[in-house]
Amino acid sequence: MKTLLPESVRSKVEASLARFLIRNAVPILFTVLCLVGSYYARLPLKFLLNDIIVRMARNSFLVISLIIPVLAGLGLNFGIVLGAMAGQIAVITVTYWEIGGITGFLLSMLLALPYAILFGWLTGILFNRAKGKEMIAGLILGFFANGLYQLVFLFFVGTIIPFRNEYMLLSTGIGLRNTVNLKGVHYALDNLLKVGVMGLNIPVATFASIVLLCLAIRFLFKTKLGQEFRSVGQNRYVAEVSGINVDRVRIIAVIFSTVLAAWGQLIFLQNIGTLNTYGSHVQVGTFAVAALLIGGATVSRATVGQALLGTFLFHLLFIISPLAGKNMMGSAQVGEYFRVFVAYGVIGVALALHAWQNIAKKS
Amino acid sequence: MEQRRTQTGLNIPALVQSAGYPRLIITAFLLALMVYAAVLDLPIGQLVSSILVRFGMNGILVLAMIPSIQSGTGPNFGISLGIVCGLVAATLSIELDLVGLAAFFFAVAVSAILGSLVGYVYGLLLNRVKGQEMTVGTYTGFSVVSLMCVFWLMAPYKSPEMIWPYGGEGLRVTITLQNRFDKVLNELLAFDVVGVRIPTGLLIFLAICCALMWVFLRTKTGMAMLAVGSNPRFAASSGINVDKFRLVGTVLSTVLGAVGIVVYAQSYGFLQLYTAPLYMPFFAVASILIGGASIKHATIMQALVGTFLFQALLVVALPVANEAIANNLSEVIRIILSNGMILYALTRKEAGGDLG
Repeated sequence: MKTLLPESVRSKVEASLARFLIRNAVPILFTVLCLVGSYYARLPLKFLLNDIIVRMARNSFLVISLIIPVLAGLGLNFGIVLGAMAGQIAVITVTYWEIGGITGFLLSMLLALPYAILFGWLTGILFNRAKGKEMIAGLILGFFANGLYQLVFLFFVGTIIPFRNEYMLLSTGIGLRNTVNLKGVHYALDNLLKVGVMGLNIPVATFASIVLLCLAIRFLFKTKLGQEFRSVGQNRYVAEVSGINVDRVRIIAVIFSTVLAAWGQLIFLQNIGTLNTYGSHVQVGTFAVAALLIGGATVSRATVGQALLGTFLFHLLFIISPLAGKNMMGSAQVGEYFRVFVAYGVIGVALALHAWQNIAKKS
Repeated sequence: MEQRRTQTGLNIPALVQSAGYPRLIITAFLLALMVYAAVLDLPIGQLVSSILVRFGMNGILVLAMIPSIQSGTGPNFGISLGIVCGLVAATLSIELDLVGLAAFFFAVAVSAILGSLVGYVYGLLLNRVKGQEMTVGTYTGFSVVSLMCVFWLMAPYKSPEMIWPYGGEGLRVTITLQNRFDKVLNELLAFDVVGVRIPTGLLIFLAICCALMWVFLRTKTGMAMLAVGSNPRFAASSGINVDKFRLVGTVLSTVLGAVGIVVYAQSYGFLQLYTAPLYMPFFAVASILIGGASIKHATIMQALVGTFLFQALLVVALPVANEAIANNLSEVIRIILSNGMILYALTRKEAGGDLG
């Protein structure tokens, strides 16, 4: 009897440790991968830290925009590509009007809002018609919307849409150039308040907006709407029976996500400084989703902490993999392809595990 | 009584499907484009030849969707796994210095073997993720294609036709088949009729594949596979091993994808490596959906009609768009049309089945 107690305690500790390891297997694995990669990349620490600060500042917002639909049971919202497009439409307009600085940036946030709400609403309706298939629908929707986006900006701008600006249009006068210089809003938010600490440049305003978003999301899930998101996410049928308009709540969740993605894309673009008209938005969904999953989130569970941790690990991997590839395999290209493989692979594995667990739960 | 009711219950949607709006709209649009092409005085003979070629070269890739849809795993968004196998087989045939039909049939045989191995593993995966095959398949395809990029970079190929001439690393991005098996099928028994060149060999090859598929679907295995696809619970309760026949469907689909890309490449004249196969699945999926298939039901006829309509539209749209508006429009139309079609299929309400 005497020996039983400590043993049971020990087994409890062991069990909880095992649970911790299993639950956080993905972030732990990627931490190890990042450590090994950093060792082989042999980058100076200061450079690495500065780079990771820049990337955290510009990508976190986009990754966090995925959280609400996950908790509302819609899975990973690949449709945030449409939010990114809304942001780009706004930034193109602001650049055309030649309004720069923080005014231009805030104006573009405002302008993106109606587009993002509209896109989010339409996406939500689509997701409601494809329940259980939201993720593949969102992915295909992203491709589809990209086609429409190209149609508008390659063929309508300068013809149907009156647009006269030789710096932004192609030489034929029809269609937007492949790259648009965003010098007006470049660093508009980042340089608002920049603090140097021990040689590290920290864009305080950008991080402040990310913190604000995190707090807002925390607050949101304390409100009635937030509770509705959760109950719809836990069980659609139970929520329906208890008087929640499930379809409406789902649409609201998608609208939130799309609007946040639009603003996230604006933060991203003001940091980059050039808009790759036909490319900047394409990979937004994949990279944001991969980052969130690497942080340990699943298709049905995600937290702000996981989003931030995931952004950190994913982008650390992004910085080091070409050099690590070069030093380990003798080819930077291998590292490049490897990180793309990691992005896709982690999504594939996460989705497969989720589907697997669902089947196990049912049987 | 009971049986009759289920029969009419199946027939009405089938009728609606067979003449659904998308096909009517696309056919009308196609005819309008044809007339416009004639008005613009474009060479109609060349357009028709090119439609036939593209129909033949894409047909098998679209045919690959049938076993996967009919066995209940949905459209095979992971067909790029098969495509990659076909590319490996084709590069092997060049590495072994084969030429002509020998090179082509060697590539077909090796791709079928590789495809069945990969398809088996992929099928095991799909059996564990029932209900999410499309999403998991898409990302499995994406990750395997990007992993294969590393392979193309590192693989120890020696043939000077495939590696960079001045010491670059890995294989070239596109490999020309000019001295290998470029158009061996297209030109086999090819002849001209009123200015239209008929790619006889290519069409015969496609016809053989269709015939084999037709026969297969009527064998005992094929019937069991259909039963599994249309109602897995019923099939299981009547003693059919559901997982086994889903596996059969996936293997077959992957093999057809592998063979399909070899046929595609011989017609196109180039092997496209690296990221080229990334988005190919979506166009194959869209083709069969345009033909009237749903994500749960597909026929050989739908595959053929869909491939024809889709390719014809692209072939005719390209020069018309170039004349009328601007270049590049055809590519944009292709993206909008194919993904719009997939979205339409995903949102369609369908009765019964487990997929969803």
